[in-house]
Amino acid sequence: MTAVAEAPAASSVVPSFQVTVRLRRFNPESDTEPRWEDHTVTMHGTDRVLDALHKIKWEIDGSLTFRRSCAHGICGSDAMRINGRNRLACKTLLKDLPLDKPITVEPIKGMTVLKDLVVDMDPFFEAYKSIMPFLITSGNEPTRERRQSPEERARYDDTTKCIMCAACTSSCPIYWTDGQYFGPQAIVGAHRFIFDSRDEGAEQRLEILNDRDGVWRCRTTFNCTDACPRGIEVTKAIQEVKRALLFRRV
Amino acid sequence: MQTHKYDVVIVGAGGAGMRAALESGQRVRTAVLTKLYPTRSHTGAAQGGMCAALANVEEDNWEWHTFDTVKGGDFLVDQDAAEVMAKEAIDAVLDLEKMGLPFNRTPDGLIDQRRFGGHTRKHGEAAVRRSCYAADRTGHMILQTLYQQCIKHGVEFYNEFYVLDLLFTEVDGVRRTAGVVAYELATGEIHVFQAKAVVFATGGAGKVYKTTSNAHTLTGDGMAIAFRRGLPLEDMEFFQFHPTGLAGLGILLSEAARGEGAILRNSEGERFMERYAPTLKDLAPRDVVARAMANEVREGRGCGPDKDYVLLDLTHLEPAHIDAKLPDITEFARTYLGVEPYTEPVPVFPTAHYAMGGMPTTVDAEVLADNSQVLPGLYAAGEVACVSVHGANRLGTNSLLDINVFGRRAGLAAAAFASRAPWVELPSSPADETVAQLEGIRDRSDGERVAVIRRELQETMDANAQVFRSEATLKQALSDIQALKARYQNIAVQDKGRRFNTDLLEAVELGFLLDLAEVIVVGAMERKESRGGHFREDYQNRDDVNYMRHTMAYRTGEGVRLDFKPVVVTRYQPMERTF
Repeated sequence: MTAVAEAPAASSVVPSFQVTVRLRRFNPESDTEPRWEDHTVTMHGTDRVLDALHKIKWEIDGSLTFRRSCAHGICGSDAMRINGRNRLACKTLLKDLPLDKPITVEPIKGMTVLKDLVVDMDPFFEAYKSIMPFLITSGNEPTRERRQSPEERARYDDTTKCIMCAACTSSCPIYWTDGQYFGPQAIVGAHRFIFDSRDEGAEQRLEILNDRDGVWRCRTTFNCTDACPRGIEVTKAIQEVKRALLFRRV
Repeated sequence: MQTHKYDVVIVGAGGAGMRAALESGQRVRTAVLTKLYPTRSHTGAAQGGMCAALANVEEDNWEWHTFDTVKGGDFLVDQDAAEVMAKEAIDAVLDLEKMGLPFNRTPDGLIDQRRFGGHTRKHGEAAVRRSCYAADRTGHMILQTLYQQCIKHGVEFYNEFYVLDLLFTEVDGVRRTAGVVAYELATGEIHVFQAKAVVFATGGAGKVYKTTSNAHTLTGDGMAIAFRRGLPLEDMEFFQFHPTGLAGLGILLSEAARGEGAILRNSEGERFMERYAPTLKDLAPRDVVARAMANEVREGRGCGPDKDYVLLDLTHLEPAHIDAKLPDITEFARTYLGVEPYTEPVPVFPTAHYAMGGMPTTVDAEVLADNSQVLPGLYAAGEVACVSVHGANRLGTNSLLDINVFGRRAGLAAAAFASRAPWVELPSSPADETVAQLEGIRDRSDGERVAVIRRELQETMDANAQVFRSEATLKQALSDIQALKARYQNIAVQDKGRRFNTDLLEAVELGFLLDLAEVIVVGAMERKESRGGHFREDYQNRDDVNYMRHTMAYRTGEGVRLDFKPVVVTRYQPMERTF
């Protein structure tokens, strides 16, 4: 990383540095296969990978295409493979990456690339929908809230944090090789309800996940846990679902 | 070009759009068009909570909530609408719980509640615990829960469809809603959706400013489309600057931090809010706190090397308490500023956060075609709308409440209208204007970059139309905007393709932002008083004699024309606003 002094007019010095971004590009309208493209840009102090992508798009090549929205790790739009690891571009600070060599940015794996960093998310959302991701109850609705103790609430807290960015699912080697596997995110989505004391649909969801393309495909590689930008213990959640299936008890 | 036909078309899949879809979708054939996948919507970024006088942890009632909303809004709130919202808040929260929303709980298993800015008991006596919350992820949980319910009820989504125009047809001399024109991002194809009723739930326009808590995609599309079609926009000069954005970045740190006990301090370590709001202190309404912070910086008591921010101090709170109640925002401070909130105060400064103004509606979310007449078949809810429940300054948590109460009402009203209304013919060649606009931009080979104009717009808005405004700064902003609008006529994009052409859509979005910035500034120039989020250095007091009225902005060939309409006052006469 080369430190460059800021313009003398600035009252405090914000360190700036040169970054080379190596992008995996693919435009189905003109390319027959993906290609690599390098851009070197000047970035500052706390800039993130998303800022570098914006700089390239806004100042060098407007056709560079990626999804993003909130830009602070909440909306889940910008999961990408950065230096070979799944991360959110808006949550990955450039200064935390080795800057003496190019930063590689590729689309997440296991999903069809539609253009540059944009992949087809529909199968991912379909997998989520298939595990009945909504509260299932029977009987009459109470007038007031359903009661739930803080301990019962804490039981499924971790998996409520999921932002559906697909970083976990697209880091899973089983998912890469087997298009039928639900993938970690759908299991996280099921876990969130299976362990909710208000919910009565655990049996149905467990039956869905007991399928040959369900939880038993998981080989516990922990890629998903490493990839999750929300810090969800994904592998643990999957193990808890497996255990619930074995003992039929949540 | 494809044509579709639905009873109701909802534009936007944030909280308001999905809440509307849950009502409408179970009654009539409904489609939701959204430029993002639903779970990407900015409702998910809301943190602190949703107020309702459940009285789960202390005495409270909806009338106090109404009063706080009116006073917090500096008496520009339509009081009948605020009453509807505060009353229905209770069911709105309970409905979400029944849908499965994982609220934090009291030891007894009830929905827990905490303090929030401007929410008080007994008309301002002291802060009250009214905000129902799920850690500092309440918006995320609302968005997820509503999406889950939409899956359960089979709501039909068109994801990554950008609505670019609203269609009307005149029937017996009356304009009627006929549908919308949408652009499919994946293919570049144009779709015309014929509909009996259209609900706009497109959110805010924070990207007119440089420093903002808003997503890149919050470009005021719905507001600008309506304005271009001759509909009024109400009270657009009122923009909320949230006190605690991460300094230099604008990323939101919830007011819940102060609700849980965090304190704002200046360079002298002083808890300066004691001087500005002796009773509520750090929990005064947002406009008061934001102005106080900006004033501390202006008077030289800012922190950091450039003395350009103040500090949010959580260091006296137990780390376990912080982890339980404020996990996300403390992680933001660590990730983006490298600050450890357990032990170090966090640099913060006001960030553009919320448009109080928008498309004027009735309490049933019906959009007004002028100062008083409803436009048949058109509805709006959420930040795009102005009911007006927020007046000159929205209270924290009332936006999550607004989207649920008025999103529901919009869905019900649109479905009821569609059940009884006959179909209206589409106008001839309904997509021609949209196609001409898009092709005009795409085909221009040489021209200025969108990003350059957008940056200049955002910079002039930050410099001249932010927390402090004056005749001189607003004139500067207006002349800058008008020059940028002229340059906009000559923009070019580099991506000439059909598929996923976000370059082209950013150009269209910039056009929306330019129109809205002009409306904001023209309204702010005319309002020669200070009220809520609108503060004029040259007119520092509220002027109820001349300005207790809503601004109604219309587009004309010569620019923005302003008209006015009275505020609805029921229970509360304007009083001095001290906290």
